[in-house]
Amino acid sequence: MANICQYGSFTHAVVRSIPETFGGKAESGDGHENGDVSVDLAKAQRQFGCLTGALRQKVGLQLIEIPPDPELPESWRIEDVAVIQGDTALITRPYKHQRRSEVEAVRRVMSELNVTVVEMGAADGDSGGATLEGSDVLFTGREFFVGLSSHTNRRGAEVLADTFKDFAVSTVPVCGGARLKNICSMGGPDTIIINNSDGAKKTLRMMEQLTDHHYEVLTVPEESAANCVYIRGPSSRDFLLHRPAEECPDSVSAFQKLQDYTLLPTACSEASKLGASLSSLCLLINRKHTYF
Amino acid sequence: MTTEAGSETEVKENAEESAAQPDPSEKAKEDNKEVVDVAGEDKDKEKEKEGKEGKGISRYLPTWLKKQKSQSQTSPTKEALPTEEEVSKATQEEEGPAPEVNGHAEEVEEKEAVKSEQVQEKEAESHSNASADTEPAKEETVEENTEKSPEETKEAAEGEEAVEQKKEQEGEVNGEEEGGEGGEGQTSIFQSPLRLVRKTKMKLVVCHVNLLDGTDFSCEVEKRAKGQFLFFKVCEHLNLLEKDYFGLSYTDSHEQKCWLDPTKEIKRQIRSNNWQFAFNVKFYPPDPSLLTEDITRYLLCLQLREDVATGRLPCSFVTHALLGSYTLQAEFGDYEPDQPRPLDYINQRTFAPNQNKEMEEKILELHKSHRGMTPAMADTQFLENAKKLSMYGVDLHQAKDSEGVDIMLGVCANGLLVYKDRLRINRFAWPKILKISYKRNNFYIKIRPGETEQFESTVGFKLQNHRSAKRLWKVCVENHSFFRLNSPEPPTKARFLTLGSKFRYSGRTQAQTRVASSLIDRPEPNFERTSSKRISRSLDGAPVISITEAGRDTTENGRDPHLELHSDSKVKEVDLSPGDADATPTKQSPGASELAPSQSPMRVHGDNIYDHDKTQDEVLKHQASISQLKRSFMEAPPPSPPQPNQWEKRLTSSPATTIRIQQQQVSLEEEIASALFSRRSGTGFCSEALSACSIPEPTLDAVITTFSSTPTTSTAVCKTASERGLLIPTTASLFGSEASVPQPEADAADNRISDTKEPAKTTEVEIEETVVVQEVSKAPKPGLVTVTISSPEMNEQEAKAEEEALVAEGAQAVKQESISSDSESEEEAEYHPNVSVSISHTQIPEEKEEEEEEDQEEKEEDTSAPDAPSLPAEVIKPEEAIGQEVEDSRRDDAQEKTSAKEGKESEKETETSTDDPMMTPKEAPNGLDLHEESVSEMVAPVAAEEEEQPKVNGEASLVEAEVRPQVICCSEPPVVKTEMVTISDTFAAQKTEIATKEVPIVHTETKTITYEAAQLDGNGDGEPGVLMTAQTITSESLCTTTTTHITKTLKGGLSETRIEKRIVITGDCDIDHDQALAQAIKEAKEQHPDMSVTRVVVHKETELAEEED
Repeated sequence: MANICQYGSFTHAVVRSIPETFGGKAESGDGHENGDVSVDLAKAQRQFGCLTGALRQKVGLQLIEIPPDPELPESWRIEDVAVIQGDTALITRPYKHQRRSEVEAVRRVMSELNVTVVEMGAADGDSGGATLEGSDVLFTGREFFVGLSSHTNRRGAEVLADTFKDFAVSTVPVCGGARLKNICSMGGPDTIIINNSDGAKKTLRMMEQLTDHHYEVLTVPEESAANCVYIRGPSSRDFLLHRPAEECPDSVSAFQKLQDYTLLPTACSEASKLGASLSSLCLLINRKHTYF
Repeated sequence: MTTEAGSETEVKENAEESAAQPDPSEKAKEDNKEVVDVAGEDKDKEKEKEGKEGKGISRYLPTWLKKQKSQSQTSPTKEALPTEEEVSKATQEEEGPAPEVNGHAEEVEEKEAVKSEQVQEKEAESHSNASADTEPAKEETVEENTEKSPEETKEAAEGEEAVEQKKEQEGEVNGEEEGGEGGEGQTSIFQSPLRLVRKTKMKLVVCHVNLLDGTDFSCEVEKRAKGQFLFFKVCEHLNLLEKDYFGLSYTDSHEQKCWLDPTKEIKRQIRSNNWQFAFNVKFYPPDPSLLTEDITRYLLCLQLREDVATGRLPCSFVTHALLGSYTLQAEFGDYEPDQPRPLDYINQRTFAPNQNKEMEEKILELHKSHRGMTPAMADTQFLENAKKLSMYGVDLHQAKDSEGVDIMLGVCANGLLVYKDRLRINRFAWPKILKISYKRNNFYIKIRPGETEQFESTVGFKLQNHRSAKRLWKVCVENHSFFRLNSPEPPTKARFLTLGSKFRYSGRTQAQTRVASSLIDRPEPNFERTSSKRISRSLDGAPVISITEAGRDTTENGRDPHLELHSDSKVKEVDLSPGDADATPTKQSPGASELAPSQSPMRVHGDNIYDHDKTQDEVLKHQASISQLKRSFMEAPPPSPPQPNQWEKRLTSSPATTIRIQQQQVSLEEEIASALFSRRSGTGFCSEALSACSIPEPTLDAVITTFSSTPTTSTAVCKTASERGLLIPTTASLFGSEASVPQPEADAADNRISDTKEPAKTTEVEIEETVVVQEVSKAPKPGLVTVTISSPEMNEQEAKAEEEALVAEGAQAVKQESISSDSESEEEAEYHPNVSVSISHTQIPEEKEEEEEEDQEEKEEDTSAPDAPSLPAEVIKPEEAIGQEVEDSRRDDAQEKTSAKEGKESEKETETSTDDPMMTPKEAPNGLDLHEESVSEMVAPVAAEEEEQPKVNGEASLVEAEVRPQVICCSEPPVVKTEMVTISDTFAAQKTEIATKEVPIVHTETKTITYEAAQLDGNGDGEPGVLMTAQTITSESLCTTTTTHITKTLKGGLSETRIEKRIVITGDCDIDHDQALAQAIKEAKEQHPDMSVTRVVVHKETELAEEED
């Protein structure tokens, strides 16, 4: 199929800055009653800066930063609004109404990047109530797993399946976390990083049941450590952005099992308070398509 | 019986030869080639006129050809043939073997048989002409073999090849020539149909086959030709050698696409006058790069292009474009910008269901980038991309789930996929599936329980109608067989009991076809890639044929051993038992015993059923039929072929005489161990072998003790053992004797009846559920057999179980028949993929699961056991390495009983005839069958007496001399029994220690039996996953609870897994603790084939059935 390039190969990263309204409006919905959560805006912005810096300077991606919109307090969670595979971007339909306008800026960027844009919300107006957020989608390079969560429904998964016909799209229940990507992420072409909770194990079992492939599983003790960003850099080096030792002291040793990886500890404590994580903050795109 | 024994020996010998002498097979191959050539000539000759027999080889060929033609006339042919055969003998080699082969098989076989001239001669007399298919001929041969005795066996060994072939043939079912040949060689295949044509002078029909490149191929086919004939015609036309991935399809009267069954007549399948077919890919190779020939890949590409263009294989825009560009590159070569043509042809071609200008431009753009790529490379790239598509090779079927929701079921190489609106919502890999069945419009799969689950579950889907359910089922069976098996599961022959469709995949499996294609040695055939519709005619490669044949032969050889193994272990056992009785009396000498086993396999392979029928009672027939059933179910691709052979060898050589056995116990053990090792080494379970070795010893001892007194029995035991390839059987018989003992007691003394009757209960249960149970048990057993062998107990148990089943069936014959009639409707069919799974020996888990199923079934049976008084029985088995379930023990006991009964029968020749009938009734009565009970009671006294002794012996073997006391107990009516039996399977020293019995006759309600086996570190790495089982099955009066404790420890570098299972059986009715024990052990071993049973403790608390009191 057309996605011959190796899994994790990206050329661009799209991020959206942290607005001043960060954490202002209730982010509840994720099960995190952040009404009580106090977030440090400055710290969040610092951490965001560290992330983008790592992507640009350490990994070597071209960074496209969409300016923040104070009207959209959650717009920094850019992962949710698009699912990108190959040269196709599916613009999703977030669960919250107030977030649906976030997609406009992202759609624009996608078009500029010459990515084929597929609209989830466009089809027959309402798309039959389909909702899908990117943080519930795990693309392994071979197939999609869509976590059916409070924010993503089956109809949304069907649209995803129709968009990426080359791949098997399996739905799994999200246990042990609000979002699929909160409990697991890819740590390499065939490696799934998953946290140690019972719910995560349950989800993992389901994934194993549904897949034809075999994945290595890297289990990390801390729940929040399971969300990492794997990027295969331009020079074929393996990069892994993960939570630093200050945030997940017990999991660092697990990451060090990954052979020949360049580990990039990246703090994400403030976004994490709002139920987000490292991967929530960026969209990764590969514009260097080679089919042969 | 004699026949059985003979067959076994032969098999063993065959195995030996095969192991020792690779040469013969090669020779055989060569011979085959020659024969084929000759055959081709013969064909022509025949066409002109059949009989030109004047010339050496040519004569022979004609003969068999004639035979085939005149199959219907078997008897006359036979008479005529003998003379010819004699001539052939004179001529020698080739013919010599042929007679045997003829008896069972066909041309190729005959050729192979050549080596064993002597055998040929002997058999040739009776059989030579006898059409292979004709059963009576087989019988004759068997008898002859027995008469010949040792010498013959040796000869038979020589004729191993022939036997193997026979087996194969048998496996192929009625397959007759065509079916069998299908795998073998083109020539042979073609020949057979041609012959048929000549014979019948049937009308010819023109078939139109739509080929993948869009062209139409038409050819004339005899109206009654089988699917295979047409298929090979097409493949010949295409010059395709790797044809196993392809098939012919037709559209039935309901507009459904169906696969043409190669083994059946075309006319009967299409059911219309529309002889239109399509040549399609039937099995999509998961990795097309492993295909040998470009032409095969090209055809696969053509199929995939069609799939993509029609939307059957969905893919994204980019993938459409990419695949299209490779198609252009393959068909038109490099992009030439000067020519405006590309755009033209691109418009006319369909690359995608929703093709548009944008896509075409993209295709051209990508096409430009493929410059320099050869057509073959472009095809390869096409396939590399296509194979990654998630729906590649997935055959979708519309269905509804249990809640009526529309879903799609996708059958593919890996298993069964469940889709709902494009989303994959579930997946059942083949290893997870225990059974596939359909009933009316329902399609069921039985799922192996997961780590956290206790029971297997059955998932049901509803299809539109029963036809689609059956079609789906067939596709599943075929896909599983093709992708998961080493060799196809032989189709089930017509048996006494027919359960639903007998359909099985008849072609070569992927493993086989890969081997075959690796031997393709022809230069790449030229073929023209065209933009569809252009005829790409392949060369009719004459040279190819030889190559193909060679490859096929090899595959066949590979198959044969497997088949033999399976059949031997399972079928033989069952058949043998009845047969043994007869045989045993005749052959009291050790040599005789050897012979008997050798013959036994023959029987099994060659439709033993019939022999039995003639010789003995209906019961035997039933058994045979049962055995076949089992076999069919059980027959899974055996492990590596050589292993069994060695095994057999050992058995034959070692045991023959009882005395010998005693003296050579150690040696035997060693042999067994070595045999086990050899096998397991292949399998990878060395540890098991060790454990197994330890176990066998006790068995031997038991045998000795028991049988030293009764020589006949011993021989029988030996036979059985040899048959199984394991000494274990003897133990089984012993156990069986014990089990049977209770029955007599029951008869004699009502008080005890409850206890004694317990065995009967088991049988009863089986009877009631016979059909299901048998099937299930069969399936698992096969897998078990291979693995289990290491531990004698297991074997015994298995054998016993089978035997029991047989007996039960026999007893229940009436019932079963009724049942069978019900089940026969084609609307139902079952298929046990696991059994077949045997492909990879290493995949023990599947087998275990199957075993579990069996166990459960057994439990059910037990529970079902009707009205017996309440007998709570607790069975506690701490097993070091092997976790055995009580259920297993039950089964084992039951099996043992049956075996014992059989053994008894053998001992008491005079009685034997009666015994068989007796046996059935007894079991049945025990089983609580009302009518049977009456009979059983009647018979019981006699049988009981007989049985008791053997039973006693059986216990004695375990315990040492205590058997008799038990008998006494039986005689004493009101007794409460307290027995402490400790059995340890250890090396000799331990053995002595092991057996400890407290005098049985005490009135006590508690009985404790302990089995101990000394283990070397062999337990090794069991499966880490471990089965945790806690089952409670409650039926009317029985309650079974199983608790499993698993402990893992690390010894040295080895991890040892200890499984301790505690099984509590409580019930109001009589419980046969022996059965329970046997079953539990058996199940445990089945579940953990790589473990050994170290200790079995049976604690039995019985409220004395003091009915009288």
